Amino acid sequence: MLRIQQLVKRYGHDEPVLKGLDLEVPDESVVSIIGASGAGKSTLLRCINRLVEPTSGSIELNGAELTRLHGNELRKARRRIGMIFQGFNLVDRLTVMENVQCGRLGYIPYWRAALRKYSTEDIDRAYTLMERVGIAHYANKRADELSGGERQRVGVVRALMQNPEILLADEPTASLDPVSSRQIMELLQTLAQELQLPVLINIHNVAEAREYTQRIVGMRFGRLIFDGKPEDLDQSAMDTVYSGTPAEDRQQAEQDTSKAVVS
Amino acid sequence: MNDATPSRTWRKPPFIANPWLRWGLIVVALIYLSWAASTLPFDWTRVSQGMERAARIFSGAFPPNFSRHDLLIKGFLESLQIAILATLLGLALSVPIAFMAARNIAIKPIYLIGRALIIITRSFHPVIVAILFVKAVGFGPVAGILTLTIYSIGFVAKMLAERIEEIDWGQVEALRASGTRYLTVLQFAVLPQIMPRQIGLSIYQLDSNLRASAVVGIVGAGGIGSTLMNAFGRYDYDFALAITLVIIAVILVSEAISGRIRRAIW
Repeated sequence: MLRIQQLVKRYGHDEPVLKGLDLEVPDESVVSIIGASGAGKSTLLRCINRLVEPTSGSIELNGAELTRLHGNELRKARRRIGMIFQGFNLVDRLTVMENVQCGRLGYIPYWRAALRKYSTEDIDRAYTLMERVGIAHYANKRADELSGGERQRVGVVRALMQNPEILLADEPTASLDPVSSRQIMELLQTLAQELQLPVLINIHNVAEAREYTQRIVGMRFGRLIFDGKPEDLDQSAMDTVYSGTPAEDRQQAEQDTSKAVVS
Repeated sequence: MNDATPSRTWRKPPFIANPWLRWGLIVVALIYLSWAASTLPFDWTRVSQGMERAARIFSGAFPPNFSRHDLLIKGFLESLQIAILATLLGLALSVPIAFMAARNIAIKPIYLIGRALIIITRSFHPVIVAILFVKAVGFGPVAGILTLTIYSIGFVAKMLAERIEEIDWGQVEALRASGTRYLTVLQFAVLPQIMPRQIGLSIYQLDSNLRASAVVGIVGAGGIGSTLMNAFGRYDYDFALAITLVIIAVILVSEAISGRIRRAIW
């Protein structure tokens, strides 16, 4: 269970990117976050694993507060949060197996990481997961030799190797072709069920959001302005999430207080 | 559509937008060049005398004399040893310094120390450093090794630090997001990205040190440079030419080898 309360993120003295956002994600649910570019979707996800420092507010994962952790405690908390990126963010020059083992680096001691001695259980688990998503035969290929869809599968397996309690996916399909994109969404959906994981997906493709997730959250100007089932997302709801041009957005943001924020 | 575009001709915008600045710089450059050329003391009689001397040296140098090849080989082996040892030492020191001097992964005080080390090692030409070390540790290869170690740090650490600052940050972010420790993040997300550059720089530096070892030898830091200097000192121009030819040959060979290796890395 992820509970976000009154989350605010402000860069310097600019208009806040997130303005007192509340969100609850119970276990085993896949939530799509939609919204125009600059609405704060990516900032929201990055606040959860603290790649971005939240300005104020509270984020609780399974009862543990994340916003006040430091140093080693933060590192240990991050191990329980898997993240999947738009640009895959694999280590290009390492093999698929080593990329997958990167998900375990937070758990193994320094010397094992330095010598690249991964435990047999980790190797075994890696093969199981790679077989599950259909990339086991690439184990010794270099990550940059794979196609986009295959690379994102590596990214998914890497995140799952962490034994995460939640998955954050920051536009996981935005750099993929339509077929791979649907495959990855389907994979995220079924994995969430199999592993009983809550999954948060930032997504631009509203059709995919409707098809593969049970709950859609719409963001605009750092606030949630829609939260409901895919069938509730009608034309008027779409309009409130996406209406207006970037110029109008900026105007409105200026009216809100001072100046525009595009993150 | 748009009334503000009356004609449809196009010219490349000038490199310097302000016309006064643009023409001003051109005029200043021309004035300086003509002034510099008019004030330099070209003494044509001395140039012609020099030409005669050069002709004498060159005629004395032909044909090159390889008869003292044992001295030649000994000097070269020493140069090679100096170059290899200095490269290894320099690399061992420049990798940590490069990590220290990369703004994106080092905290400010560490970064400043790293940058300062690079600036200090770069501020003197190897010949000057060699003169200092020859004074400090005496004639011979030790001075050469120390000199070229400093020279290697200045170049390799600087180039490597710049490469570290250009890495794809996403890979670092991905590992940080999985709770990986700082040093392990450096090993897994930074090191693989800079590896090709590191290998390329190492080979280039070995190449460069081999060349430089001949130069620093001239001021007494051992190697083939010392042999060459002695040959000149004794007016053995034919032996000096033999040494020079061998230096050229060795540089060509090492250039070819290092070029091939660098092309093979991807």
